[in-house]
Amino acid sequence: MALFDVSGYKSHSELRGQIIGTGVGHFIDRPNQQFSVPVGVDPSGFLKSCSREGGVSIDLNHGTTTLAFTFRHGVIVAVDSRASAGSYIASKEANKVIEINPYLLGTMSGSAADCQYWERLLAKECRLYKLRNKQRISVSAASKLLCNMMLGYRGMGLSMGSMIVGWDNKGPGLYYVDDNATRLSGRMFSTGCGSSYAYGVIDSGYREDMTVEEAYELGRRGITHATHRDAYSGGVVNLYHMQEDGWIKVCKEDVSELIHRYRKGMF
Amino acid sequence: MEYLIGIQGQDFVLVAADNVAAHSIVKMKQDQDKMFKLSDKILLLCVGEAGDTVQFAEYIQKNIQLYKMRNGYELSPTAAANFTRKNLADYLRSRTPYHVNLLLAGFDETDGPGLYYMDHLSALAKAPFAAHGHGAYLTLSILDRYYRPDLTRDEAVDLLKKCIEELNHRFILNLPSFSVRLIDKDGTHDLEKLIPVGSK
Repeated sequence: MALFDVSGYKSHSELRGQIIGTGVGHFIDRPNQQFSVPVGVDPSGFLKSCSREGGVSIDLNHGTTTLAFTFRHGVIVAVDSRASAGSYIASKEANKVIEINPYLLGTMSGSAADCQYWERLLAKECRLYKLRNKQRISVSAASKLLCNMMLGYRGMGLSMGSMIVGWDNKGPGLYYVDDNATRLSGRMFSTGCGSSYAYGVIDSGYREDMTVEEAYELGRRGITHATHRDAYSGGVVNLYHMQEDGWIKVCKEDVSELIHRYRKGMF
Repeated sequence: MEYLIGIQGQDFVLVAADNVAAHSIVKMKQDQDKMFKLSDKILLLCVGEAGDTVQFAEYIQKNIQLYKMRNGYELSPTAAANFTRKNLADYLRSRTPYHVNLLLAGFDETDGPGLYYMDHLSALAKAPFAAHGHGAYLTLSILDRYYRPDLTRDEAVDLLKKCIEELNHRFILNLPSFSVRLIDKDGTHDLEKLIPVGSK
């Protein structure tokens, strides 16, 4: 800006530095956000001491199954709804899909607080992008933004495994992003402690040329069978379908009812 | 778990990397490209801790491109390798070191082909052939036995195939496919993906 220097404008960090003085803490500087972390504090070490090995029991919510896969008619996203704190079920109807905008969805697994906070921040960044550029953000860029947020807090004990699903100019998009800043583009992912069970079902039942109904059924099956085997997943299946003109919420069905329906082939 | 290999010939460098991106016991992606193009004639192959690999490789990639924009000419493979090593070394004793193992392959107008081996402790060595990963324990002796400095392109690809067949035969993990690239005076060429017999 032309008169930036002349105007005498001082940024927030400069003012704070003047008032409090430097050397008090090191700032994790982000253009819109600052978290001051006191010198000498080690967040991930602290978290380790709070886990069961440390004697105390603050168990982060890792129990989840989420899955997403692309096929001819778009992307299917299916998640369970159990939020567990150790062996206690904190909620049976947690919402693990964040609707960023009508063309972008984000799933959550890992620590509920981390997922909700960072994906909401991502939603804000996507909205700002649209306002600044008059164009919706691409799925690739949105996932890269989230990945870079995770990178800023590398080694500090964040826990998040998320899939960013959307439809942009390049077609349907599916990206996996997690707390150690891994970002993978692919056609099928599953996250959470029930993910291995879900992979088994969706891998064996997947065909690229499935009909829409078959794809819905595959998504439901994946979550249901995972919740059957995994103690930390359960509740209801929330199923979304990402189409060219946006996402639709397909259904919300109780897992115990679904498993009874499938019983005939199982036992 | 991951595997990188490089073989230098008289006027080319042949490199290959596996295509699996894994998370504990699950293969999350089976067509992951672990080679990063630093310039027309320089490739960086990168394996290691999740997240660190892509972040570090992209950081180096963008800095090499920035150098070209600022100065009008590209860094040579030797300079690029030393730059990469310096960055690794700078982060090594920080709070967040990059745990990555690298191979840098390039072709220089004056010096010819070059293959550089770098590891997570920021060691740097120029070598005629090199490998990273558990697979290296099985294949380095094959390279020792059959490598000659005057290998032709076809002979180098055959040597590479020998190494990959050995992995398929003895390595406990299944690595179904490998990306292969060749760098010579005409630039970087993508060769056919190598799929060991018996893999899908």
